[in-house]
Amino acid sequence: MLSIKNLHASIEGTPILRGINLEVKAGEVHAIMGPNGSGKSTLASVLAGREEYEVTEGEVLFQGKELLPLSPEDRARKGVFLAFQYPIEIPGVSTTNFLRTALNQVREYRGQEPLDAVKFLSLMKEKMALVEIDQKLLSRSLNEGFSGGEKKRNEIFQMAMLNPILSILDETDSGLDIDALRIVSNGVNKLKSDKNATIVVTHYQRLLDYIVPDFVHVLYKGRIVKSGTKELALELEEKGYDWIKEEVDSTATV
Amino acid sequence: MSKDNQILEDLNSKEYEHGWSVNFETDEAPIGLNEDIIRWISTKKEEPSWLLDWRLKAFKIWQGMTEPNWSNVNYLKMDLQALRFYSAPKQSKKPKNINEVDPELIAIYERLGISLNEQKRLQGIAIDVVLDSVSVATTFKETLGKLGIIFCSFSEAVKEHPELIQKYLGLVVPMTDNYYAALNAAVFSDGSFCYIPKGVRCPMELSTYFRINAANTGQFERTLIVADDSSYVSYLEGCTAPQRDENQLHAAVVEIYAGAHAEVKYSTVQNWFPGDKDGKGGIYNFVTKRGICAGDHSKISWTQVETGSAVTWKYPSCILKGDYSIGEFYSVAVTNNFQQADTGTKMIHIGKNTKSRIVSKGISAGKSQNSYRGQVQVMKRAHNARNFSQCDSLLMGNQCGAHTFPYIDIANPSAKVEHEATTSKIGEDQIFYCNQRGIATEDAVALIVNGYAKEVLNQLPMEFAVEAQKLLALTLEGSVG
Ligand SMILES: Nc1ncnc2c1ncn2[C@@H]1O[C@H](COP(=O)(O)OP(=O)(O)OP(=O)(O)O)[C@@H](O)[C@H]1O
Ligand SMILES: [Mg+2]
Repeated sequence: MLSIKNLHASIEGTPILRGINLEVKAGEVHAIMGPNGSGKSTLASVLAGREEYEVTEGEVLFQGKELLPLSPEDRARKGVFLAFQYPIEIPGVSTTNFLRTALNQVREYRGQEPLDAVKFLSLMKEKMALVEIDQKLLSRSLNEGFSGGEKKRNEIFQMAMLNPILSILDETDSGLDIDALRIVSNGVNKLKSDKNATIVVTHYQRLLDYIVPDFVHVLYKGRIVKSGTKELALELEEKGYDWIKEEVDSTATV
Repeated sequence: MSKDNQILEDLNSKEYEHGWSVNFETDEAPIGLNEDIIRWISTKKEEPSWLLDWRLKAFKIWQGMTEPNWSNVNYLKMDLQALRFYSAPKQSKKPKNINEVDPELIAIYERLGISLNEQKRLQGIAIDVVLDSVSVATTFKETLGKLGIIFCSFSEAVKEHPELIQKYLGLVVPMTDNYYAALNAAVFSDGSFCYIPKGVRCPMELSTYFRINAANTGQFERTLIVADDSSYVSYLEGCTAPQRDENQLHAAVVEIYAGAHAEVKYSTVQNWFPGDKDGKGGIYNFVTKRGICAGDHSKISWTQVETGSAVTWKYPSCILKGDYSIGEFYSVAVTNNFQQADTGTKMIHIGKNTKSRIVSKGISAGKSQNSYRGQVQVMKRAHNARNFSQCDSLLMGNQCGAHTFPYIDIANPSAKVEHEATTSKIGEDQIFYCNQRGIATEDAVALIVNGYAKEVLNQLPMEFAVEAQKLLALTLEGSVG
């Protein structure tokens, strides 16, 4: 479903991604780990189409078609979803209103009728239950004054509403309390099917106890330097990144 | 390159939707302005001599005045002698009710999206329409009449209720007030009058719709709203004008009188033709709006959504004379392309324990200039006066300007006056967040702007709020890459 080939991207002339290769198939969960500043959020942003990043080399195929020429909104409409590491505040716009606009634009793109208020509301109710989100939160200004955990839960609620094909969750676990982590992870698991795929960016093994990955990748200095199965995450939890860094840095200097 | 810069490159103004005019026969005054023209207007309208005298007095005063130039707007002075001061659609006889109104006129309103019959049926809003200079139809008259509410054209009120007009005309905005108010007093052609008797709560929204149709005409309407003790009314005003190359002048006067425990809500959605994207044409909107909270515990609330006009110069104000009276001003002013808006309010606290609240949201795009000018004045005997002002500016691009001029003038030490101001830009990260959920940039801007203006839009009656939201989106369409 997603095929990233030799992807290079830079911001303001500074190269951040330096040759990413990644294959994600439908039904799979991939975890991306790696030290701070290694380029995880950059990869997510480039896939979502953030304009500040300049792709200097490589290509990305999504469902067999070139992804990079598309506008961010068209990528979203085709089913790419990014749960932001730092969700953005939009004063005066409720989550409900925001999602109604979003969902109807996505539907229009796919040639579907807009949902009327009644159908929209019942869809909301269903998805609210999935991530156990409080309705009051949804009528407040989007992300404004939300706690860290509320923001993350709201991101997953939006994901549930939009029902994407490829979901990229950028550190969705950070800020969630122990119960919330379980609830939100369960929500993500319920949304999983053999037709969609998930990329989870995380620093902690804890999340991967709930959302069990098929593959774990370590990103370092803009490259995937190690890939493995879920055992790799356990190993990282125990040993940290130094051994990988040493491995990479020593081969680089040789 | 940032999105903000792209805004500037891609600027193209959305063509003004209501920019058409209709040719039908009109009764017109000769071009120019002098005493004879004023007599001509007064005769045409079959006015009593007291009103002619009043007009002539205003004209004399106006002749001694000069056009103000203290506001933050620049425009070519208009040659008033080249204007026509009266233009009325010709009708064989005066319509008695809506069914007798010229079908061609009705067709105009339908094109404006305000089918009178529809309005009547669906929304239960009583509506008075002023085309060019003359009030054409007032719906719902009978329903209102049963409650003793008077809602009619100004001309009709002069004939039918001269005692009320004589009592209140010029009481709140005297003819000496300013250049445009004096001009209006001399040449005003029509407008709406509304009287709510003691203790009556007006059961429906009262609405006036203004449209300038003829070329080279000025529109000078007067609105007078009198809410007697313990009454309530919500009044709406909408405006459009056809698209023309030359500038047209609109200089209206609105006066509101609120008795003890009375409440008046006045809402405007102003959508005069703003000029084209090169700054050609458009309405000059120089309006004097003022209300007096004459009685104790009275309240006047102004809500305005200003999207149109080439130049807007407008300060709906409240004189808080009664003790415990309340004045409110909620405003959204959007400017794009070469539009200039200088708008704000004056809250004059005279009575004890008076309160005022000002919420002003400016939005500037293109090469426009948007100024807030507000004055809070607390007089000596106004013990315990309270004011809260919030003035926010939202900038789109970096060729536009936002300016805030708050004047605070306090003569009583017990006053508490708070002023907050912010300036922000629509963030690229906000737009990207919307994009990532499938929302196109243009709709993202509309969503963000409507969110920003929500506190004000919430003050509008429901169906007006929807119209206002669409207008905001329309005005800003094409202003972000
Ligand atoms: N505008 C910019 N100019 C220069 N460098 C930038 C800019 N934006 C991001 N970077 C750098 O790009 C690198 C990758 O950042 P990114 O956010 O992708 O890291 P990350 O792997 O998500 O880290 P974390 O685990 O802390 O979230 C960082 O070193 C960051 O400082
Ligand atoms: Mg990150």
